[in-house]
Amino acid sequence: MIPPPDPGVFPYTRGIHASGYEGKLWTMRQFAGFGTPEEANARYKALLAAGGTGLSVAFDLPTLMGRDPDHRLSLGEVGKCGVNVTSLADMETLFDGIPVGEVTTSMTINSPAAMIFAMYLVVAEKQRASWETLSGTIQNDILKEFIAQKEYIFPPRPSMKLITDIFAFCAERVPRWNTISVSGYHIREAGATALQELAFTLRDGIEYVQYGVDAGLRVDDFAPRISFFFNAQSDFFEEIAKYRAARSLWAHAMRDRFGAKDERSWKLRFHSQTAGVSLTAQQPYNNVVRTALQALSAVLGGTNSLHTNSLDEALALPTEEAATLALRTQQIIAYESGVPEIVDPLGGSYYLEELTSRMEEGARRYFDEIDRRGGMVAAIEAGFPQREIADSSYKFQQAVERRERIIIGVNDRSSKENGMPDEHPTATLYIDEAAGERQLEKLAQLKRTRNTVAVERALDAIRGAAQSGKNTMPPILEAVRAYATVGEMCDALRQVWGEYEEVAVI
Amino acid sequence: MRKLRVVIAKPGLDGHDRGAKVIARALRDAGMEVIYTGLRQTPEQIVTAALQEDADVIGLSILSGAHNHIAPRLMELLHARGLDDVLVVIGGIIPDVDIPKLKALGVKGVFLPGTPMQDIIDFINSNARARV
Repeated sequence: MIPPPDPGVFPYTRGIHASGYEGKLWTMRQFAGFGTPEEANARYKALLAAGGTGLSVAFDLPTLMGRDPDHRLSLGEVGKCGVNVTSLADMETLFDGIPVGEVTTSMTINSPAAMIFAMYLVVAEKQRASWETLSGTIQNDILKEFIAQKEYIFPPRPSMKLITDIFAFCAERVPRWNTISVSGYHIREAGATALQELAFTLRDGIEYVQYGVDAGLRVDDFAPRISFFFNAQSDFFEEIAKYRAARSLWAHAMRDRFGAKDERSWKLRFHSQTAGVSLTAQQPYNNVVRTALQALSAVLGGTNSLHTNSLDEALALPTEEAATLALRTQQIIAYESGVPEIVDPLGGSYYLEELTSRMEEGARRYFDEIDRRGGMVAAIEAGFPQREIADSSYKFQQAVERRERIIIGVNDRSSKENGMPDEHPTATLYIDEAAGERQLEKLAQLKRTRNTVAVERALDAIRGAAQSGKNTMPPILEAVRAYATVGEMCDALRQVWGEYEEVAVI
Repeated sequence: MRKLRVVIAKPGLDGHDRGAKVIARALRDAGMEVIYTGLRQTPEQIVTAALQEDADVIGLSILSGAHNHIAPRLMELLHARGLDDVLVVIGGIIPDVDIPKLKALGVKGVFLPGTPMQDIIDFINSNARARV
């Protein structure tokens, strides 16, 4: 077998930088957020003070689904799984005392990505930070929502239009912003195998580039701002092979399929997060060890940024203590293990190189299949990736039940076997209804004090852009400045584009 | 006796449907008739589905923390429609402190992460009664 070229050399199987982590470690970016913007703001300040080097915002379900706290579907969900952001006022609070020009912020937002991003841009404006140098990421990956995470609002094709609008807007106005984080994380959590995660995610990336090119953009004007997000699961070598294969597949797709000339377009940069689904409610302290091993595989695979999960996440959102331990886990790998000193230290191992090649070949077969189906949007409309994932997750569960797959503390060495109770952490985070009530009050007050005429005019302009096919970002920015809510802006687009409903397959 | 008829539903805004889908398949493979409602069902829609499908069992999958709002409403509606004999079970991420509250409402089974599918199948088989 011919070993792949050196790190920093096309197709970057061994890494996008010749020097690896020398000089620059990965970004330690812990995903966090719950309750009101005031509470989340305090947690971010604590994370930065503990040595976190970037922020990562988790939004609650109403925000992710483009619903205001006063919508009937938001009942009981406000502030539960993330922070609630209804209008610019909330975004101003969320980043109060945090200089957005100096930190990099990742925001996990998809269907309403344009609206939340516009709010961040206006906060930057108010803090007098230049858009030219503003850096961070919006997830903005709608395809994996249809495939796995299921937080979609509009049908696939208009959703793709919103995304290409952001590509075009940022290429001109916010050049250092990562406009999309093409995500395999959720695909894997939904039950995909490592190969399916790799193949569907990379093929999603290809679909976005194709839509950008079809919208008239030059590939090298927007492709360098595309980043990726992978899961770090438990099969140690398979995961490392997956990251290596991903870099090579992307470099080839960008150069050969799209004719990209800029090296930055070829280089796949990725964030990774340890696998939430691997965490167990039983013997939760075991989760610290699982997370450490998963994080190590991501580092050996050359991750550019990393989130480590907390031990209590199968039980609740993490406590501050558990979140700190998770961050410490990365810091121990970074500063004690010596691993970051060598780039791709496992390169050349016959086993890993073989695994990497097999991953690449398998992914190319999936690419061919999806191309035959007319691309990823068409494949999603036909339910293809959804069915593949549902089959894999059921097979996995059956293997667990038959004990062909061992999960320590669950189907092997369980506390029940030993007649012991499960040892639980002393305290878990309990989120009550106060955040929901507070956000409702603030929304009512906002509606009394803002300029209603300006809001209505701005919402009309959003509808107008959606109907005419013009870029939607400028009218969305205007609506944000007028303190229109996420729900109102999404409703304006729902009126033009309609809502997506999936055909559920089991 | 006819097969047990089970409505599996995913209420609330959350889209994490892996658990709902896996359990739907497992119950079907165990010989039950399974109707999966899909995502974002209100308690009203779930009860209507249970009536229309003549369900013996309703299984809810909730991971988002919204169970304290959804379960009381669902139980109230079931009672109002005279469906008190339908077995209601919930699977998902449910804090320990909330389990007694759910049981007091009439939710018979609460299944936390890591529960073997066979335990849920056995529970349903010994607690649900197929109508004649």
